[in-house]
Amino acid sequence: MTITNEAPAAVPVKLDARGLKCPMPIVRTAQKMRELASGQLLEVVATDPGAVADFAAWSRTTGNELLESSTDGGEFRFLLRRK
Amino acid sequence: MSDDQLSLVLFSGTEDRLQAAAVLTAGAAALGKPVHIFLQYWALDAFRADRIEGPRQLAPEAGPEGRAAVDALAVAGQQSWSETLRQAKDIGEVDIQACSLSMDLLGIETEQLDPLVDGVEGVAAFFVNAGEGQLLFI
Repeated sequence: MTITNEAPAAVPVKLDARGLKCPMPIVRTAQKMRELASGQLLEVVATDPGAVADFAAWSRTTGNELLESSTDGGEFRFLLRRK
Repeated sequence: MSDDQLSLVLFSGTEDRLQAAAVLTAGAAALGKPVHIFLQYWALDAFRADRIEGPRQLAPEAGPEGRAAVDALAVAGQQSWSETLRQAKDIGEVDIQACSLSMDLLGIETEQLDPLVDGVEGVAAFFVNAGEGQLLFI
């Protein structure tokens, strides 16, 4: 399943959060976002089962846009744009 | 005083409750919510610099199966509660204060506390800082 809000143009920075337990995928994402400039893209791959709901909630609350959210087997992939 | 902030009173010094509190803190910090933590009784004891990395008991309801499950999660890569709190402080606004009465009760001096603890305060200061936000007792 892939929900696409917008076609991304730039190459995203990648963050591998596979194997990390809740809430570390979100914590690492928040840390990584600080290194990015406004408008830059971040792609996160996670395996925590709460990640889909967590990334949607985190995006809504922090204003960093969730452009894509997809599931591939037991892996969840998120594409975010730094606000 | 923001009503979007979270205040936690940590009372228990068991590993599972401290871990649960650390997860709540890190999640709130990631969302940009300021977190105020007030350490009382056995939770304060767990923040002694020479004990913070040490082994801790679990809540009584855990039993041997609970112990095995908690240990298995640690082996699977879950970091310690103290490390989770350090990460929470790195990404957000997390203020950890020791209850002055509990400092007296346990005979702890400020310099014996882990650097995660930002200071010592009384309950009145804690309530003023907690403001109108949510307050949890763990």
